[in-house]
Amino acid sequence: MTFDLDRLFTGPEDPATAGGYRDHPKRVGFFTDTSICIGCKACEVACKEWNAVPEDGLIFTGMSYDNTAGLSADTWRHVAFIEQPRRLGHQEAWLSPADVPEQTAAAARTRDPASLGMPAPASPGAPPGEARDMDFRWLMASDVCKHCTHAACLDVCPTGSLFRTEFGTVVVQEDICNGCGYCVPACPFGVIGKREDDGRAYKCTLCYDRLGVGQEPACAKSCPTDSIQFGELDELRDRAARRLDQLRDAGMASARLYGHDPGDGVGGSGAFFLLLDEPEVYGLPPDPVVTTRDLPSMWKHVGLAAVTLLAGIVMVTLGGGR
Amino acid sequence: MSDGQAGSQTDVRLDDDPGLRPEREAVVGAAGRPRRRQRGERLMVPEAEFRSYYGKAVINEPTWKAHDIAGYLFLGGLAGASSTLAAAGELTGRPHLARACKTGALCALGGSLYALIHDLGRPGRFLHMLRVFKVISPMSMGTWILSGYGPQAGVAAATAVTGWFPRLGRAATVGAGLTGTLVATYTAALISDTAVPAWHDGYREMPFLFAGSAAASAGGLGMLAAPVGEAGPARRAALAGAAAEFAATKLMEHRLGPVAEPLKHGLGGRLLRVGQALSLAGAVTGMTAGRRSRAAAAAGGAALLAGAISTRFGIFQAGMSSSRDPRYTVEPQRARLARAETEGAVT
Amino acid sequence: MNPPAGIGSWPVLRQLTGPDRLGRAAAVKSRGSASLEARTATADRVVKSICPYCAVGCAQNVYVRDEKVVHVEGDPDSPVSRGRLCPKGAATLQFTTGSGRMHKVLYRAPYAADWQELDLGTAMDMVADRIIATRRETWEWEVDGKRTARTMGIASLGGATLDNEENYLIKKLLTGLGVVQIENQARVCHSSTVVGLGTSFGRGGATTFMQDLQHSDCIIIEGSNFAEAHPVGFQWVMEAKARGATVIHVDPRFTRTSALADLHVPIRAGTDVAFLGGIINHVLANDLYFREFVVNYTNAATIVGEDFRDTEDLDGLFSGFDPDNRGYDTDTWQYEGMTVVAASGKRDEEYDRRTRHGSSISSAGRGEMHGSGGAALEGTPRRDETMEDPRCVLQILKRHYARYTPEMVERICGIPRELFAEVCRHLVENSGPERTAEFVYAVGWTQHSDGSQFIRAACVLQLLLGNMGRPGGGIQALRGHASIQGSSDIPTLFNLLPGYIPMPHAHAHETLGDFLRADATHKGFWAEMNSYMVSLLKAWWGPAARPDNDFCFDHLPRLTGSHSTYDTVMAQLEGTCKGYLLLGENPAVGSANARMQRFGMANLDWLVVRDFSLIESATWWKDGPEIRTGELRTADIATEVFFLPAAAHTEKSGSFTNTNRMLQWHHAAVEPDGDARSDLWFMYHLGRIIRERLAGSTDPMDAAVLDLTWDYPVEGSVAEPVAEAVLAEINGWDADGTPLSKYTQLKGDGSTACGCWIYCGVYADGVNQAARRKPAGEQNWIAAEWAWAWPDNRRLLYNRASARPDGRPWSERKKLVWWDEEKGEWTGYDVPDFERTKRPDYRPPEDATGVEALSGIDPFIMQADGKGWLYAPAGVIDGPMPTHYEPQDSPVPNPLYGRQRNPARMVYPHEHNRYNPSGDEPGASVYPYVITTYRLTEHFTAGGMSRNTPYLAELQPEPFCEVSPELAAERGLEHGGWATIVTARNAVEARVLVTQRMAPLRADGQVVHQIGLPFHWGPNGLSAGDAANELSSIALDPNSHIQEVKAFSADIRPGRRPRGPALPALVAEYRRRAGVTERTGTEV
Ligand SMILES: Nc1nc2c(c(=O)[nH]1)N[C@H]1C(S)=C(S)[C@@H](COP(=O)(O)OP(=O)(O)OC[C@H]3O[C@@H](n4cnc5c(=O)[nH]c(N)nc54)[C@H](O)[C@@H]3O)O[C@H]1N2
Ligand SMILES: Nc1nc2c(c(=O)[nH]1)N[C@H]1C(S)=C(S)[C@@H](COP(=O)(O)OP(=O)(O)OC[C@H]3O[C@@H](n4cnc5c(=O)[nH]c(N)nc54)[C@H](O)[C@@H]3O)O[C@H]1N2
Ligand code: SF4
Ligand code: SF4
Ligand code: SF4
Ligand code: SF4
Ligand code: SF4
Ligand SMILES: [Mo]
Repeated sequence: MTFDLDRLFTGPEDPATAGGYRDHPKRVGFFTDTSICIGCKACEVACKEWNAVPEDGLIFTGMSYDNTAGLSADTWRHVAFIEQPRRLGHQEAWLSPADVPEQTAAAARTRDPASLGMPAPASPGAPPGEARDMDFRWLMASDVCKHCTHAACLDVCPTGSLFRTEFGTVVVQEDICNGCGYCVPACPFGVIGKREDDGRAYKCTLCYDRLGVGQEPACAKSCPTDSIQFGELDELRDRAARRLDQLRDAGMASARLYGHDPGDGVGGSGAFFLLLDEPEVYGLPPDPVVTTRDLPSMWKHVGLAAVTLLAGIVMVTLGGGR
Repeated sequence: MSDGQAGSQTDVRLDDDPGLRPEREAVVGAAGRPRRRQRGERLMVPEAEFRSYYGKAVINEPTWKAHDIAGYLFLGGLAGASSTLAAAGELTGRPHLARACKTGALCALGGSLYALIHDLGRPGRFLHMLRVFKVISPMSMGTWILSGYGPQAGVAAATAVTGWFPRLGRAATVGAGLTGTLVATYTAALISDTAVPAWHDGYREMPFLFAGSAAASAGGLGMLAAPVGEAGPARRAALAGAAAEFAATKLMEHRLGPVAEPLKHGLGGRLLRVGQALSLAGAVTGMTAGRRSRAAAAAGGAALLAGAISTRFGIFQAGMSSSRDPRYTVEPQRARLARAETEGAVT
Repeated sequence: MNPPAGIGSWPVLRQLTGPDRLGRAAAVKSRGSASLEARTATADRVVKSICPYCAVGCAQNVYVRDEKVVHVEGDPDSPVSRGRLCPKGAATLQFTTGSGRMHKVLYRAPYAADWQELDLGTAMDMVADRIIATRRETWEWEVDGKRTARTMGIASLGGATLDNEENYLIKKLLTGLGVVQIENQARVCHSSTVVGLGTSFGRGGATTFMQDLQHSDCIIIEGSNFAEAHPVGFQWVMEAKARGATVIHVDPRFTRTSALADLHVPIRAGTDVAFLGGIINHVLANDLYFREFVVNYTNAATIVGEDFRDTEDLDGLFSGFDPDNRGYDTDTWQYEGMTVVAASGKRDEEYDRRTRHGSSISSAGRGEMHGSGGAALEGTPRRDETMEDPRCVLQILKRHYARYTPEMVERICGIPRELFAEVCRHLVENSGPERTAEFVYAVGWTQHSDGSQFIRAACVLQLLLGNMGRPGGGIQALRGHASIQGSSDIPTLFNLLPGYIPMPHAHAHETLGDFLRADATHKGFWAEMNSYMVSLLKAWWGPAARPDNDFCFDHLPRLTGSHSTYDTVMAQLEGTCKGYLLLGENPAVGSANARMQRFGMANLDWLVVRDFSLIESATWWKDGPEIRTGELRTADIATEVFFLPAAAHTEKSGSFTNTNRMLQWHHAAVEPDGDARSDLWFMYHLGRIIRERLAGSTDPMDAAVLDLTWDYPVEGSVAEPVAEAVLAEINGWDADGTPLSKYTQLKGDGSTACGCWIYCGVYADGVNQAARRKPAGEQNWIAAEWAWAWPDNRRLLYNRASARPDGRPWSERKKLVWWDEEKGEWTGYDVPDFERTKRPDYRPPEDATGVEALSGIDPFIMQADGKGWLYAPAGVIDGPMPTHYEPQDSPVPNPLYGRQRNPARMVYPHEHNRYNPSGDEPGASVYPYVITTYRLTEHFTAGGMSRNTPYLAELQPEPFCEVSPELAAERGLEHGGWATIVTARNAVEARVLVTQRMAPLRADGQVVHQIGLPFHWGPNGLSAGDAANELSSIALDPNSHIQEVKAFSADIRPGRRPRGPALPALVAEYRRRAGVTERTGTEV
């Protein structure tokens, strides 16, 4: 068995090929186009239904229409809702406060947007008494496990519970996981979690069982507007590139792709997105890096430290008196 | 896999006219009027420096429990370094020191294994750790290291206590002493190999910090359990360890910049400072009063052990709090992107 | 690729020996993973079904294994849904198989503190006994000397969630028993749609189908939150958008629909008539209407009688108003030279004149008979094809809307002129021969005290723009429940018989002939009403219905006015209505003034609730809000309550009619567990037991029920009636029992039987056409072979209008149905909504009647004159043209007229139903804000189907209200905190969501803050809280009796509401401050 530690995490190879599958199907994944998401959460429910994921709390968060809050062991699809004083393409929202008494308007403006969980109102400036087309948009985006090309969760898993499937996806094997919890902090996207009462780790399986019988994942299947597009990754990447051009041409300057680039810190993800703002606005890391990329260096430092420890103890034992 | 499987099953067209755009090409807002004096989107409020999703963490907080995993970090360090110190003692004719360290190491090992298994969601599946041999997983490597180290540490302690099979005992002692260094340090890779900002970003210093802390705790154990006469290496190990730990911490704090905040403030920061203070106090006590008085040595040793515990819990907590605040994840990544951009612009 | 067995399965060995050295993939695959199998693949069978929630009617595949439903997902073959589901549809498995469902019969004895379990058979016997006894006790042969042959002691409510077959049996059995108070959600949901669309076009259903939205060039979604309430249907808006359509959302709130629109137009709730009137004015004043369409296909050229006076002349009243009756005498509205049979109250006067019998009894709710057929009229109207005559409809319209200027729109609706101009521009630019625009609405329009007129206004506009009957055009009424269209077609409604035949009113000595003479029109298809009616009577009373006994016409109980669900509540409070069947409706949460609903139920002798779980309407006696405030005490409540668990759609077969009149069959996948039974089972066996009890009775009051045909085959271990047998009866058969295939085969001589004439053809050739599932991908976009739509499987109504008068398409781009000269017939993509061989140049002879009387350019074949009605001389009882009135409770004065509110609206003064002062009235400022209530994607209606379903409940776990930052600042409301909202009826609490999506508006010089309040919650279930309907009042549209819950005034304050007796005290304190009396808000 030979390992070239430095080359472990940079290979251009298809992950299923790298994983030792011969004659595997083409790599599949998701292109989630958030610009056509209607925030219906069918994806969240369809996922829970198919995978029998438990309900995880009836908590009103005040985060716009998001009461699920984020991905976890019990939420494998999560729809984010963002209200922003910003324009969406040429959309006209006409939500300007109409000639509200100045002190009320001022009081509304001074509310701390963070504490309200909502964006600050647009700055004043229009003549009083006249409604304006204020800049406003409501973004919705369905997040999911990225099925990273270089998946930290998978790399660190000490049991081989997390593994790469023949479809190039990353899956937890329920019959193996011992709940060591290592994958949880390893994921740079905050996707995987440990279900406390069950003790094992869970996340999106990209519906491994459905793929096996030629069916598309439950979330993509249900999505009413095709915001979640499932397919072969190469094809999806082409489609996404075309879509980006289309949106940019239509004045949606803020459109961007996220996770599509095989050159990024996780080698590109199997689930990538078209976003309309910076990733962190959606709760996504702006420049995720698979932690194991630094592992060779970590091992070197550990080795050095171990040698230092040995040397130190030898020295303190040999040197000095009794 | 047939063709249909690779794509969407609901992507059905009613019109068979391929010239027509499908719904997913809908461009929202396309029919609105372009703004006067401006085309398309524009920011109304100046972009705040830092943005996040309702202040929610980007990464998921580790599910590890502090008493288990911070405890494991401490006990593993103590066991490993103690075995090394025991070997050193054994080879340099300090039988009491050696024996104290060997039994101490075995106890610490037992404790660490207990903590490790206790933290598992499915403790009954502990042996699944031996399904694979993964160099890319510090926990897997740790398991194999412990599998190599554990029996040796056990034989070393058993032979030392019973006096049976001295040769075997010596071989085991040396083996445990060598592998012990890895047991004491690999845990740095274990926690650094995560997306937790304060842990990951400190991966260069962390092994040294852990090595130092381990040495200090093993020294403390030696001071506590071995006669003053034989405890010289322990006292010096404690001092050197505490100093190394201190230096590594400072270096790390310096290099991490804003991400070091949780190492300095909050619960993690407080524990770390207490840990450093206790370690230094214990080491200094050892080097001074501890050279003469068994009681002082014991007190110093205890302080060192407490210091090491506090340090490991401090590191643990600092990581936890850095994972909860999206700032520590987003800001360094933003800075990295900005750097890449300027570098890109230069080249 | 799969792991080997034995020691060789040790992954470390596989790492060493295989290509996966690092142990990331192939080497570590477990045995579990290797043997993983999808439930979809291991199922024993896949059963075709339809989503039970909303009226989009998404197709579902139900996977069954070991006689258990293991999975439900979308059926990709469906042309409507294409396999997709919204969160509710996606939660169907949990909803039908989860712990939220009850499987035991429960019984609460009078005054008892708790439930006890009861055997199903015993419960059925007890219910049958109660019905028989109450019926005997309350039977009325006559009222005021006129035969009624009915009981007012029993009422039923519910049907929109049920199958057509179930509704059919409910209507048949209860009518046979003499019950007239039969109602369902259609009343509270879209009844005004039937009036608005029916009087304008001839049929009360959506004029088009959802898939056709893709062909629209401009979609105006107004009064609907399409993306949230019909999420899967919304994909067709996105299809249109992808092809360049402009999407405009006119809504008080910025919603998930707005988020995907090009233009969001914030509007003050309740002011759409002013807005649409403004557009009508823009179109007329600038000659932007589609002239050729308007002249030929509408009544624009028709001359109105000279006595007509407009609201513009009479300060908000049309001519003929009678303040004592709070209604209009519509004589002066008529066309010159014609008599129009008024559809509602006044219809009976017409009846009296035409039949020369007896006196009039006031009636109501007749507008809804236009569900299939416009108002009846006689004679030939005078027309001026130049449309210059000052009394022609076009000129009258012009004058009527002249004051609806952009300035007025801004004052009333709070819509800036600039924005209004933009809407006008988009709409006009996208109408005409080459382009079409479509309106989409739902209950944001229907639920107003002049709701029918909201819809009428859109009809007028769409007719003027020539957008009717054409691809991408029309008016898409998005209806609510899975089969609410079906429960209007086969109506569990008091005023209708199947197929929109009116229920007869009480008259002295009325014969079937008299009834038909009074109600049938003489032109158009409705002239065949005798065939429809006689066939219905044959279907119900079989051999007992003979020509010599008027086909048992006298077995039908008679109406004596309005017996709508809200009248039933009053009757319960008065004590006349003693027994109540709730068959899938939850009035304690869903109906206006929920509190009044509960007080009504607390006055009943017995109540039967059939539902999946213990909804609020089943438990109010135990832990309802009034028990908590101490206003009612369990120990004082005499009502006996039966709870009977219902079977889910996966456990029974039947058809749902979706929002586009399409009947889709769902097949039973499994048998229900425990005591759960279908409503078909319940009605059938209830009827069987009652008939067994009464067998041999010679009491004439029992004749109708004993004469019913009631011999349906049963199957399975629970003796479930065969739904298809019921469908066959609905479809109808000839004298030999051969299924009919078209309603034109129906006869008035008793040789055919048909349970619902408009559904005739659904069982053509003995084949269940509703069960057809030819995949969408294998047909054109009309998908005519997917299920079956009424009428005659047409999908886009009035499609004759998609061609020019000469029969050629208006344009290549918008071609749908056209005249094929060679073949001598109408042809096209859809089934032509016209007599197939009637030439475009056909003109009827003077004396023609019936279908003959329709010319080749009369696309609205159910209308008596074949035209679309810009002006409704009959059928809408509060005015021939829509005009703006303020809602019943409104903080804003009406700037147009001295009349603040719709003068003909129905109010119900009662101590539990006080109205807020409005406009300029003193005390109006105590309730200064506008509330609008609505739905969320994540929940369903009164919540019985979502609040007990964990996957849905967790998505919107608590009731909340949406307020603007400005209102939050003004009232000190804190985001995430609590607010208390107060009206003259009650007060509720909700969490506060401060959002810019709610923008204050400026109306008539004042700032108007609107508060958004979803109405899904009630005290029971996983996600519980106060119901919005605690706040709403009973104030109804006079045509359809729909309640106004989309706009009313209220106050809001920070903090939770008081508990216990302090709650009514708070409400009383507000009333006192506002000076509310029993007369407040009740003026004409
Ligand atoms: N998810 C979900 N889907 C449903 C249902 C459900 O409960 N949940 N219910 C089903 C049923 S029963 C029905 S009837 C339909 C109803 O479907 P919709 O009518 O779309 O539902 P609502 O949310 O009640 O109201 C629609 C919109 O009308 C707006 N509105 C209120 N007042 C006015 C007004 O005066 N003018 C205008 N222009 N807009 C106004 C509200 O802000 C709201 O956005 O949905 C069906 N589908
Ligand atoms: N304030 C306000 N009030 C409103 C509205 C609003 O917009 N605002 N909207 C109105 C509208 S449009 C509607 S349609 C109503 C809806 O009001 P409701 O009809 O009262 O509400 P649902 O919760 O749909 O009640 C239907 C019940 O039928 C049960 N059910 C479903 N399927 C079956 C079945 O097969 N058999 C039996 N026996 N039971 C079944 C369900 O569990 C549910 O409890 O609310 C109206 N009320
Ligand atoms: S997103 Fe996280 S959980 Fe998913 S594959 Fe990547 S690292 Fe693993
Ligand atoms: S928790 Fe389970 S899946 Fe995650 S790393 Fe540990 S064993 Fe692997
Ligand atoms: S792919 Fe499957 S497991 Fe993953 S989010 Fe979608 S439904 Fe859930
Ligand atoms: S991604 Fe699709 S299913 Fe999910 S919320 Fe958006 S539109 Fe709904
Ligand atoms: S609730 Fe309506 S839109 Fe949603 S899946 Fe069911 S039928 Fe379709
Ligand atoms: Mo409805």
